Amino acid sequence: MALALDILSWILLLSGSALLLIGGIGLIRFPDFYSRVQAAGLTDTLCSICILTGLMLQADSVPLAAKILFTLLFLLFTGPTAAHALTKTAHHDGLRPWKQDKGGAPSNH
Amino acid sequence: MTRYTVSLTLVLIAVWLLLSGMWTHPIILPLGAASVALTVWLAHRLGIVDRESDPLHLVLPSIKYWPWLLGQILRANLQVAARILTNPTDLSPRLARVRSTQNSDLGRSIFANSITLTPGTVTIRVSAGEIFYYAISDDLVAELDEGEMDRRVTRLEEEL
Repeated sequence: MALALDILSWILLLSGSALLLIGGIGLIRFPDFYSRVQAAGLTDTLCSICILTGLMLQADSVPLAAKILFTLLFLLFTGPTAAHALTKTAHHDGLRPWKQDKGGAPSNH
Repeated sequence: MTRYTVSLTLVLIAVWLLLSGMWTHPIILPLGAASVALTVWLAHRLGIVDRESDPLHLVLPSIKYWPWLLGQILRANLQVAARILTNPTDLSPRLARVRSTQNSDLGRSIFANSITLTPGTVTIRVSAGEIFYYAISDDLVAELDEGEMDRRVTRLEEEL
């Protein structure tokens, strides 16, 4: 039972770390501000869900697991709020989404 | 009024017990009870103990919605991850609108937050009956236009 939990926890931790890495790569490789926010969305959502659930399975007491669960819930509320605030401000400021057919260098925003 | 006072007290007790972890300490435990009582009294004085601040009536309906949303988050994450690893400039980004059929602010914010929580789409503006959002590609717009998320949030809203 403990072994199964350990294996599950490691699968979650490793896939969470992989998503974090992919999100970081996306942050660099995506062409403009809006799409980069989406790459950051990977680390906001499934990445934190995987890593924190993996850590919860390693917790040795209920209060510790509960604290990690609270952290996850806070992240799931604040992550979208931050993404929304950034995107709304960019849109309000008149930033247009990058278009493929226009070609040229990706914007530096 | 009393119903919400009871549920606020229960939630505070549960949160305090989980966060402190000291369930038998002879000094800390009464202090916890005192802080719960003080918080409930202050909330009462502020007049904020009502249906809106009571989280318990949200729990049961949400239990049906969350697993579905989690599945959507999983799928959207894998799609965006695949895009990053294969061809990050093969995008068709656009701003779009989707109809929202929720009647309450709470329902609309659940829908708007669900759109933002699934990577690939971000809510920009929420108005009555419509949500303005950014999508990283055309197929995500088509998916939202199908309206399954909207229907599920409206169903959730009706049960609240």
